[in-house]
Amino acid sequence: MTTTTTNDVLLRAGQAGLFEGVRTAGAWRTGLLASVTWLLLGAITLRWPNKEVGFSDWAYTDEFGYATIAAGVVLAVLALAGDRAGRIVHLLRPAGQWLVAAPLLLGAWEILTAKLGVLPSPFFAPPQSLIEVYGEDWSRLGISTAYSLRLLVHGFAAGGLVGFLVGATIGWSRVAGYWVHPVLRFLGPVPASALLPLAFFFAPSSYAAAVFLIALATAFPVAVLTWSGVASVNKSYYDVARTLGASEWFLILRVAIPAALPQVFVGLFMGLGAAFSVLVTAEMMGVKAGLGWYLQWSQGWAAYSNMYAALIVMAILCSSLITLLFKVRDRALSWQKGTVKW
Amino acid sequence: MVNATVEQQTEAPAKTGAHIDIQHVSHWFKLPNGVLQVLDDISLTVAPGEFVALLGPSGCGKSTLLRLVAGLEPATTGQVAQDDIKITRPDPSRIVVFQDPTLYPWRKVWDNVALGLQARGLLREQRHRVDDALALVGLSEFADAFPHQLSGGMAQRVALARALVNDPQLLVLDEPLGKLDSLTRLQMQSELVSLWQRNGFSALLVTHDVEEALFLANRVIIFSDRPARIRAELKVNLPYPRHRGDARLAELRHEALRHLGLDASW
Repeated sequence: MTTTTTNDVLLRAGQAGLFEGVRTAGAWRTGLLASVTWLLLGAITLRWPNKEVGFSDWAYTDEFGYATIAAGVVLAVLALAGDRAGRIVHLLRPAGQWLVAAPLLLGAWEILTAKLGVLPSPFFAPPQSLIEVYGEDWSRLGISTAYSLRLLVHGFAAGGLVGFLVGATIGWSRVAGYWVHPVLRFLGPVPASALLPLAFFFAPSSYAAAVFLIALATAFPVAVLTWSGVASVNKSYYDVARTLGASEWFLILRVAIPAALPQVFVGLFMGLGAAFSVLVTAEMMGVKAGLGWYLQWSQGWAAYSNMYAALIVMAILCSSLITLLFKVRDRALSWQKGTVKW
Repeated sequence: MVNATVEQQTEAPAKTGAHIDIQHVSHWFKLPNGVLQVLDDISLTVAPGEFVALLGPSGCGKSTLLRLVAGLEPATTGQVAQDDIKITRPDPSRIVVFQDPTLYPWRKVWDNVALGLQARGLLREQRHRVDDALALVGLSEFADAFPHQLSGGMAQRVALARALVNDPQLLVLDEPLGKLDSLTRLQMQSELVSLWQRNGFSALLVTHDVEEALFLANRVIIFSDRPARIRAELKVNLPYPRHRGDARLAELRHEALRHLGLDASW
């Protein structure tokens, strides 16, 4: 926060309602700047002809241009209206700098691909080509996303549950620790994707194989962190509960597990990352559905626009799932103070 | 030492206090390079409703004796009994208050206090006891707070409420005020006395604060260095509430320090 500019301070003070009088009269300056950059992007897209590349021109160039101009106009209206526009401006204000940066990035992308051809087609596609993909191939993309999500949920839920149970058991019971710990140490670090050929060979279906591997990838970090969480519970927590007449089950369910929960969530977070990676690999290798398969398939047809479109969907999907996990964690660990905000 | 009059000793009501009998207890710790003796032939009784303080140098084994009385560990030799029944495991009739409040950070204050009743499956019918215990330590308004929002003194009061809600016959206090600032400590000492007088439990307090021991207890047992042996026993025949400036307390303090080998500084 040491690099905070005067502008930032003013912006924040404005958000906090400190300059009540000044603010209502003035327009939203960052919004105006954002509006100008969006309009500029639209102008470049529409007025600067696409580079000829020997085959038909990029579709949706005009539509992309009009859409950005529309965005610019809307932003201009909102910015001029300032706080008279109510909640919308209030919600957009924190994102102001991103609203300026986004059209600049899109503009650079547009110029380097469609306008100058510095990044050659077909390997690089301009932004408007994504509109084409989403417009014409949305059903296939949607089904692929749904398949990926289903596979991920099955694998992650199974792996998270098994990992949690294994971790809690070896954290609690010395005998279980003796037998399971070496197995975990030996097999856990093996990348789940390395077992892919084996799993496809043994499992009844490629779907079952993929569920198994995603579960495996999830279970390892969850088990290790649950185990360390249970093992590192403050021993006097148990003394307190025992002198108050607690049974063994009470110690496990009401002391060990709640105390270990912060660690369990770290494990789930790591497990989810591993699960994404195995999911895509499995879909590329054998499961004939899902976003991984879509990527592979579009690459096979040299449909690079489709590939970029699928990558963006995948980014949104993964990011949303991580966000969801953090929301659940914030709910479950509301007693903690000073946790990282996602 | 001091001649006791029976009237003064029965100042505290003795209706529900436990009788604790410690017979020839010696205890060893297993260490990686052998064993370490921490208790050497300790014999000691706590009469029902009596407040006994164990005073001794740091690390002499006083807290170990408390763990044996609480039933958290078995004694290597000797026997600890409550009302003539041998103590073999923890029991909610003997509640320990530790030096750290050890509240569960994931539970609100109310749920922390409810722990004992919940563990024994009594919470559903006896929720009012939790409210009563919180009122007793003056923290009713903080029922919905999380432990990290409390000050050290408040947290220790919650720990006391968590103990008292179980209506213990023996309260085992392991330096419960050791980590509090001196002002809060003085205040809590007075609160402890009034709680003890009102509830009639027996109390066994470990401390290395001579004044605290003399201010609170009917009897002060002075321990030697490790392995702990009973070196002396002081009867404090003063009525409650006591006054810190009492000349008799100063006299006893001198005597206690002499037993601890610290009277040179007096």
